[in-house]
Amino acid sequence: MSNFLKNIIRFVFFILLQALVLHRIPFLHKSITPYLYYLYIIWLPFSMPRGWLTFTGFIYGLTLDYFLNTPGLHAAACVLIAYVRPFLVNLLIPQEGAEQSYASPSVRSMGWAPYFTLVLILTLLHHTYLVFLEWMQIGSFLYFIMKVFASTGVSLLLVLLAEMLFVRKERFRTNKV
Amino acid sequence: MYSGPRTSIYLLMRNIFLFIRRYLNFLFFLFLQIIALSMLFRYNKFHEAAFMNVAKEVTGSVYDKVSNTEYYFHLKKTNDSLVSENLRLRNLLASNFENPDTSSRVVRDTIPFDTLGHYRKFLWREARVSNNSTSTQSNYITIHRGENQGVRKDMGVVSANGVVGVVVNTSANYATIMSLLHKSSRVVGALKKTGETGTVLWNGDSPLFLTMMNIPKSAKVARGDTVITSQYATRFPPTVIGTVYSIVDEQSTNFYTLTIKPATNFFSLRNVYVIENLQADEQKKLEEATRQKIQ
Repeated sequence: MSNFLKNIIRFVFFILLQALVLHRIPFLHKSITPYLYYLYIIWLPFSMPRGWLTFTGFIYGLTLDYFLNTPGLHAAACVLIAYVRPFLVNLLIPQEGAEQSYASPSVRSMGWAPYFTLVLILTLLHHTYLVFLEWMQIGSFLYFIMKVFASTGVSLLLVLLAEMLFVRKERFRTNKV
Repeated sequence: MYSGPRTSIYLLMRNIFLFIRRYLNFLFFLFLQIIALSMLFRYNKFHEAAFMNVAKEVTGSVYDKVSNTEYYFHLKKTNDSLVSENLRLRNLLASNFENPDTSSRVVRDTIPFDTLGHYRKFLWREARVSNNSTSTQSNYITIHRGENQGVRKDMGVVSANGVVGVVVNTSANYATIMSLLHKSSRVVGALKKTGETGTVLWNGDSPLFLTMMNIPKSAKVARGDTVITSQYATRFPPTVIGTVYSIVDEQSTNFYTLTIKPATNFFSLRNVYVIENLQADEQKKLEEATRQKIQ
């Protein structure tokens, strides 16, 4: 399966999962919204140019927004993490040239600790921005902080589950075809 | 080296182009952020956004397929709520009333048989819920009935048990309803017993409770009192909103703040009714004309 097709299927899958399953979990919303959809942006390939990555983030966030009736909210957060991702990958990647040898960020290509640092920072960034935009009009600071950290915790748990359930077979790419 | 005005302009232009090339990604990022944020803040004000109508058709049909599947799992509950509504309506039938005193008799009002439609104020249309959210601060409900089936913006929506919300956006076959559980939802409510009116809103905390503001302290309120829509609320006929759950005595003002338990169960909405006020236009026109006359 080509990389492009794989990413399109992932796009649809993550949007439907977020809109139809995770957003319908009741009674949690006082402090927690379980988010997983942004994992798609983390899983996008290394080889994508920065501009395209940012643009994909925008389209992706906007698609979810149309499902959730919040035009612009998730798009803004997705654009932010898509823009920041290349900087973090450059900082965190341990071995020289791993972005050429592997297709996309994963435990295999980056190692456990750097990969989860990447996930943690992007999750925190995404949630902080999202909750900040959501609670600009109402809300106390304590509530804001509580919601950010509680959602981040739940999201990290979901990411860990997703990584363990769907092991991406990342091959070491050589020049040989 | 001589640098005349022409050279310096070239240098300036060159620097600007270099700057743009160097920070192209960052400028693109800023551009997308500004688009996203302007969509967000415009939407909160006007409930309209770019491509919203087209997108509603697509997302609506996806939600509809899911809801069709889910519908079967809730048939029993739906049936129960319809049976209880039927029971309530049957109890209102004239044949249930008989007076042993033959000098007076129960006469059926003629207005329910207003076949020419001269007196009808509210027209009800049923609709299936195809998507519903309760887990955010701005909750919307999507119904499978739109402009082609007579749904327009600003119509009221109720369920078999009570008020649900107001239509805010329509496409050809779908409509979006701003639920009572939305931070900008405002409905004029009234205490059924004494008639004091106040604003019913949601403070975004718990989806189980609504808030009612501005009930004067002269009102006699008790826990369990029914709150209905006021007759000032042009969108609804008198419909139950909920019951008073607790009364907060604000020391600094002359008003009570009431916590209300909504009559509608927002977690299991299946069928709703969209209500059109056929006389709203006339009332609005008169009020508008009056305002212009005074100014």
